Amino acid sequence: MPRVVFTANLQRHVPCPPCTVPGATARQALEHAFALFPGVRGYVLDDQGELRHHMAVFVRGQACADRRGLSDPVAEGDEIVVMQALSGG
Amino acid sequence: MTGLLLASTRKGLFSIRRKAAGDWRVEHVSFLGDNVTLALPDLRDGSWYAALDHGHFGAKLHLSPDGGATWTELAAPAYPAPPAGPEETDSMGRPIPWKLIRIWSLEAGLPGQPGVLWAGTLPGGLFRSEDRGESWTLVRGLWDHPDRRRWVGGGTDYPGIHSICVDPRDGDRVTVGVSCGGAWRTEDSGATWTCCSQGMRAEYLPAEQAYDPVLQDPHRIVQCPAWPEAFWAQHHNGVFRSLDDCGKWEEIQGVPPSVFGFAVAVHPSDPMSAWFVPAMKDERRIPLDGKVVVARTRDGGRSFELLTQGLPQTHAYDLVYRHALDIDAGGDRLAFGSTTGALWVTENGGDDWVTVSEHLPPVYAVRFA
Repeated sequence: MPRVVFTANLQRHVPCPPCTVPGATARQALEHAFALFPGVRGYVLDDQGELRHHMAVFVRGQACADRRGLSDPVAEGDEIVVMQALSGG
Repeated sequence: MTGLLLASTRKGLFSIRRKAAGDWRVEHVSFLGDNVTLALPDLRDGSWYAALDHGHFGAKLHLSPDGGATWTELAAPAYPAPPAGPEETDSMGRPIPWKLIRIWSLEAGLPGQPGVLWAGTLPGGLFRSEDRGESWTLVRGLWDHPDRRRWVGGGTDYPGIHSICVDPRDGDRVTVGVSCGGAWRTEDSGATWTCCSQGMRAEYLPAEQAYDPVLQDPHRIVQCPAWPEAFWAQHHNGVFRSLDDCGKWEEIQGVPPSVFGFAVAVHPSDPMSAWFVPAMKDERRIPLDGKVVVARTRDGGRSFELLTQGLPQTHAYDLVYRHALDIDAGGDRLAFGSTTGALWVTENGGDDWVTVSEHLPPVYAVRFA
């Protein structure tokens, strides 16, 4: 199963330790993680369930290409990293 | 008059207590390091609400039942799914997201409406809660009004509701102020709305549109609690007053030293007394000549006094945002905070000011509890 890791900056606001969850896409894995830590969802996704404008999700070190659907495939043992996008100065 | 003041700042929510006459001190800080954009002390039950903007992580709402000692995160207002089809655009063809950008105003219902809260947001949605912010519903009567699509951002990318005036005579009558969208009124708790900014003038528009009530940019609108048919507005290019329940707004000329500003306060029982913190418009947005001043009228805007006692008069570049001036229920105490972290309080209607601090983070909102 993939492993989801949230940025430490996020854990300052809401508990969300690393977790191992099922899922064949980044969306599926993240939804399982949000079920474990319900407070996190609104910090990562916006009103429409899309990745927040200044957030990024990396799978195997690559930024998810599908920021709306997060349909990027994930495999057994993959690490999904949720972090702030570098924007601004 | 509790002698308690909440200052929402770029780096936390500061509660400030009156220790003695003219002696106000920071007592407690909540959310130190975080961006608190505004706070609402709910006088019905003593709760405090705080709106935060975490940037990357979005806008959030928190509730404290115990004067800031503990906080619980509430659901932030959320926009429903937009209708299928092409993305919604404003009158200039720019897309309008159905997403919460910022909580820009937060007000309580009347004492007879326990649990009722109103939240104004960017990009222009008004939300209502009936359960102390546990859940929120977009007020569709305003959001779906065809003229809402004519609103545009003023100083922001999207339009926003910055002022919510709940009529003390009837909690179903609510007036909101929109930048840039004028003033709007509901008589039925949000089901239907009419624009009520007739008489406002926008000098930044082509002449034929200058009096279009839907295109006005009131920076802040306040309502006199004891004379609720009286409203004051600090508009982008002037000061306006209505004494007939927003039937007609009159432009007040000659506000010294400038008609530009963001904030306005009205006396709680004297509709003819109002305070402003003018600044040099529009391109510079600094106090005129580096002097922080408050303009006060006691006669409905026929004349103004410039209040300077206790305020810096040399090389002061404090700008005061729209929510950063407040007056307490008694009408003698006012407070305002600035973008450079200064906070001043008066206990005699502005004749004399005392400095609470010159070193706070940038102040976004000030509110007496």
